[in-house]
Amino acid sequence: MGSIASFAQVFIALSNMPVRLDERLIIKPVLSLGYLVLLILPFAVGYRQGHQIKREGVPTYAPGPNEVVGGFLCGALAGGGLSLLAVLLTHFDLREPLVNWSPILLDLLAFGNATWFAAVIWLVIGGGMGAAGGVLRLLGPRSRRAVVTMVLVVLGVAVLESLVVDLAEGLGLEPLTDRLYARRGGVNWPSAVGLAVVSGLLAVVGRGRFRQARTRVSELEGAKRTQANVGLILLTAAVLIVLPLFAGKLTNELLANVGLFVLLALGLNVVVGLAGILDLGYVAFFAVGSYSAAVLTAATSPKIAPEMPWLVALIVVVIITGLVGLFIGAPVIRMRGDYLAIVTLGFGEIIRLLFLSDWLSGWFGGSQGITNIPAAGIFGLTDVAGTDPRRVFYLVLAFCALAIYVSWRLERSRLGRAWMAVREDETVAEAMGINTVNVKLLAFVVGAVLGSFSGAIFAAKVGSVFPASFLILVSIVILVVVIFGGMGNIIGVIAGSAVLIGVLGGPKQPGLLAEFSEFKLLIYGALLIWMMLARPEGLIPSVRRTRELRQHEMAQDAWLRGEVDDDDGGNGTGGASSAVLP
Amino acid sequence: MDRLKILIRTSGRRRVFTVVMALLAVFALLATSCGNDDGESIGDRGTAMGDGSLGIVEVESGDAIQIRSLEAITGDVAFFGLPIDRSTQIAVADYGLIHGFEVDTGTSLDDLCSNDGGQAAAQTIVADEDVVGVIGTSCSGAAVAAAPLITNAGMVLISGGNTSPALTSDLAGNAGPNYSVGYYRTAHNDLYQGAAMAKFVFSELGISEAAAIHDGDPYTQGLAQAFADAFEAEGGTVTGFSAVNKDDTDMVPVLTEIAAGSPGALFFPIFQPAGDFIADQAPGVSGLENTVLLAADGLLNTNYLGLPQTAGMYFSGPDQRFGENVNQSTGMSAVDFLAEYETRYGESPAAPFWAHGYDATVLLLDAIKAASWVDKGTLMIDRQGIRDYLNGVRGFQGLIGTINCDDFGDCGSSKITVVENIGGEENAETSISNVVYSYEP
Amino acid sequence: MTRWAPRRGKPHTGVDWFLTFMRVAALTVIGLGLLAFIAQEINTDNPFAQWANPDATGLTGAQFQGLIISGVTQGAMYGLIALGYSMVYGVLGFINFAHGEVFMVGAMTGMITSNKLADAGLWESNFVGSLVFIMVVSILVCSLTAVIMERVAYRPLRGSPRLIPLITSIGVSFFLQNASVVLLGPAAKAYPDVPDWIRTKHTFLDIEGAKILVILVAAVSMICLYYFVERTKSGKAMRAVAEDAEIAALMGIDVNRTIVKVFALGGAMAGMAGILWGILFRSVIHTTGFLPGIKAFSAAVVGGIGHLGGAMAGGLSIGVAESVGPLVILEPLGVSGVSQLRDAVAFAVLIGVLLLRPSGLFGERLPAEDRT
Repeated sequence: MGSIASFAQVFIALSNMPVRLDERLIIKPVLSLGYLVLLILPFAVGYRQGHQIKREGVPTYAPGPNEVVGGFLCGALAGGGLSLLAVLLTHFDLREPLVNWSPILLDLLAFGNATWFAAVIWLVIGGGMGAAGGVLRLLGPRSRRAVVTMVLVVLGVAVLESLVVDLAEGLGLEPLTDRLYARRGGVNWPSAVGLAVVSGLLAVVGRGRFRQARTRVSELEGAKRTQANVGLILLTAAVLIVLPLFAGKLTNELLANVGLFVLLALGLNVVVGLAGILDLGYVAFFAVGSYSAAVLTAATSPKIAPEMPWLVALIVVVIITGLVGLFIGAPVIRMRGDYLAIVTLGFGEIIRLLFLSDWLSGWFGGSQGITNIPAAGIFGLTDVAGTDPRRVFYLVLAFCALAIYVSWRLERSRLGRAWMAVREDETVAEAMGINTVNVKLLAFVVGAVLGSFSGAIFAAKVGSVFPASFLILVSIVILVVVIFGGMGNIIGVIAGSAVLIGVLGGPKQPGLLAEFSEFKLLIYGALLIWMMLARPEGLIPSVRRTRELRQHEMAQDAWLRGEVDDDDGGNGTGGASSAVLP
Repeated sequence: MDRLKILIRTSGRRRVFTVVMALLAVFALLATSCGNDDGESIGDRGTAMGDGSLGIVEVESGDAIQIRSLEAITGDVAFFGLPIDRSTQIAVADYGLIHGFEVDTGTSLDDLCSNDGGQAAAQTIVADEDVVGVIGTSCSGAAVAAAPLITNAGMVLISGGNTSPALTSDLAGNAGPNYSVGYYRTAHNDLYQGAAMAKFVFSELGISEAAAIHDGDPYTQGLAQAFADAFEAEGGTVTGFSAVNKDDTDMVPVLTEIAAGSPGALFFPIFQPAGDFIADQAPGVSGLENTVLLAADGLLNTNYLGLPQTAGMYFSGPDQRFGENVNQSTGMSAVDFLAEYETRYGESPAAPFWAHGYDATVLLLDAIKAASWVDKGTLMIDRQGIRDYLNGVRGFQGLIGTINCDDFGDCGSSKITVVENIGGEENAETSISNVVYSYEP
Repeated sequence: MTRWAPRRGKPHTGVDWFLTFMRVAALTVIGLGLLAFIAQEINTDNPFAQWANPDATGLTGAQFQGLIISGVTQGAMYGLIALGYSMVYGVLGFINFAHGEVFMVGAMTGMITSNKLADAGLWESNFVGSLVFIMVVSILVCSLTAVIMERVAYRPLRGSPRLIPLITSIGVSFFLQNASVVLLGPAAKAYPDVPDWIRTKHTFLDIEGAKILVILVAAVSMICLYYFVERTKSGKAMRAVAEDAEIAALMGIDVNRTIVKVFALGGAMAGMAGILWGILFRSVIHTTGFLPGIKAFSAAVVGGIGHLGGAMAGGLSIGVAESVGPLVILEPLGVSGVSQLRDAVAFAVLIGVLLLRPSGLFGERLPAEDRT
């Protein structure tokens, strides 16, 4: 494990991530984001190496000092990769193929000192982080939680600086953030220590309260539980409505972007999550929504320019995208899952090429796109345009609410159950008298319409549409969002968009970690693989979906113990804590 | 947070409302308490330009003047945006203090060469109300979305890379559909380049039938179209107008399509690597053996000129004989700049627009200097004053030559040259200044 | 699981009518285009030729031949990549979406090694030897990549629902592409210059040396692969596993090892294609693998997935179709800028084949047996 980690460390170092992210200070003046990415891995292997798989009949041994030693060794091995790299960097010049094989990297690894210093220091640092990981495993669950919370809070506050500052400004808490953050970046180290202490204390005091509340709610019955849920929903809605008033442009823009992707992800969730159709060309509906909204509202649209009000245009857009959904859906719906995936991908690309082509440029502007799209007028009350991201967010919020309601109702309707039946076993579903073709087609159309909402808002927000906004990449990013959040689960999908789009950023939208933009796609790819291997049901899994995916294991467990067992303890806080980590 | 937990636990609906209302009230109080501080004195303006109509930016002593750079610095057009971004950094370092205040460019932003990328980045910029001006964008598509946002916020946007006529004017006094007041550029208008190439082909080479290929990029499509229009206006015939995709490698089909019209010249103002393939495969297509190949500034770099298949090709582009030019404000000459660039970044710039980026930045800094004054240790910058200064720029000596700003923000030198590639890697540098035709309206 | 063709004997639904309509429409468009093209070729002033496209010019024989040859060359490379898709699909029953990236890795490896050789002066002095050397290196690297990919990303997922490995492979594809960006940089990278006999046309059929080389090498690789799969013991094991993995295991075949061999073999073919690509176009970029990969998959489907000869035939058909199709069918119908639409044509071929003959041109057996 240590050696794999050392390869990974070298890969990270050569990917230019540390050098690039070194400018961003996390804790001033001690730690930059660039060094942080090199510290995580030794720590993780140090922690993981003590991980035991609980098996029936195999005795588990109590963790002891071995953990620390093992952690140290693993971590040192991981750090050793960098030591080796530092030595190689001085003696060979491989800049020709590897663009980041540079003296800057060496300088960073050696902290400005000589090579031997880098070689030694990374062994020590790696070992130290690994040992720390081992120590963490030794701690009791209570202190472990406290430590984890402390680290996460400090890192979270530091990494999400722009968001915190923006919100604090809106709330008039500027003095606080001025003290917390150094000028132009980074948490001051005294405040970091203070933050750690406070959060650690809170974690110890508030331990388990949240979970207690959660279990209490889930134990409630019937009407009371509904009441509690309604209360929660109202509260969330209130926060979402009030928050933007105090947030600056940055936060609102971010929220609006996240919202657009929530809409797209909800649409794809109907197709992939509920009906189990892997659509890799989902961007087509986004594109059709954007372009038809642009043609219908913009005065500069090349061929026909009806200059409809946005809301009227929206109705037409829905009809058009629905028809396109039918048109694309009909030929593919009978194909098997994997063929369908590639063919939808093909359709997505064909649609983009048509919008781009000189052939149809008389209609859609070709590569010059359609510009000067007017703001979206809402009943003559307000105009929603990109210049005011707050209004965009409210508009998006309204449509998200609609989409959530629709998905929620559909999931519990006859149609929703039919989708799930089709997803689980199509032959059985057909035998049960479900018209699988119509049912799947309907999922396609519903997904298309939800995607078109996002497209129509996007056109009004950006004020122009160009074919370059609708690459295959967008489809894949939406897919990652849905899978990361948890296929088939509305809350999961929303959480997935918030975490991925909000923190890492969308295909063309910067997230809170704007510095990561170069590495975003790499991280998306790695995340997709890791998610499929480790947690295919997603961040916040849907119960039914988990059952399908884990069917095999569950059956085995049930056979072994006569019951379904719990997760291993270490992952217990997974849902909450990994939501903070990008 | 603890409050909310209690709330969940008790979960009475009335309780929820009470708390929400209470929270609302608190927020409202906070909101009203942080009112803005209008009505402060702005001190003695002296001769600073502007009338304060777009607001005044105050830079306290010890702080830096904030400007931003918004270029395509990642992805496949990074070769084009990165030199502009870097020349901005060099220009700021050269310029030194303004009235004793430092200039900070912050983290370089990425326009991703697209409208949505440009808009998102612009939104980040305007969120910081201390920013006075932005150098960017690289791509016209990004400027279409970014310019309205940035100019509405009272800032100016000066581009060293945009060439689309839609952003400024059609050169006949009509504003383009995407023109925003407060937008300027030092890059030339596409219409000049299209006309220059058309004139060169028709009059100098004496070819009356030509074709054009673009790659679906707004820039290349616009330029190819400008060429086609100008060529027909000259009296020539356009025998084919087609397109490829940026990642196409097999160009035989598109070349065959063009060959069907047997043109005497083929203009493909696109980028690498597609440009490599067209130049490589064209002579092998029946009907194009003797066709003259023409390209534009997107391919005018030493790497491309060094390829064996590009010997004898003609390239249009801004006049790159910057050699002796000196920027009048910083005293930096093009030669010194290139040397500085080389030492800083370990390579020479990959696209010619570094000079435009440098001049754009210096113009912005000059404008800030002209529109600002110091009052009790605080620097006051009049946003309108910056625009007034830029509107009045005439006869400014920059790296790119003489700069005059017209009424629609076109400040670029209109001088376009056509160079002929001598051929061979060793001659690539010389070829760039091997001018065979120059055009100035 | 899912039905392929419309079920006979059941009442026709709206969808069936729509599909029939689409089939007819597609055939009509192709037919009209062809007719207009033929009319153009006979005489450009022909009213039928001018009916849709008044500027009709037609093609000369040499131009048409050039188109076909360029299509065949492209197609041969698609075919080589398609073999990998087809074999993995045959054995594991899932689409290895990342296979195109293995091809990209091959082209990148070739770029790095050949540039190093050129630095050492070997590339010019002993071109053929260097070429063989970079082919061997590229084949080794690609096989290794494919095997690691299988070990890390796919083996743990064997037995999970069929879409799970597909999604994983999308992740792998994404990861490899962007790993290339961060490690090697986003710009296009060039191969060193090649000798004249590769660059220039030969009197024989008037084809460039590079294209002859591509076609020859592809043919030889194809024959070797065919021999390996049909005649050797490992090949037999592969076919057995493809037929039924469980029974093969019972018969004493090491299934895991066989699967690794399949990946290695597919990787080798992709590596070969990568080098051919490099010699033909002399430039490689991180997206080099993506579209050719998808087109190669289409080729595998068009030829009938799981069928080796079919994969090659499919590759050639897709290559020729996207090269000739736009000019022969779309241009005479008056579509402007047709070359922009060639990817669309390639995808349309895939969709069309799946509509008209879902089992592909050579697929006799429906690969519909469930392997969950």
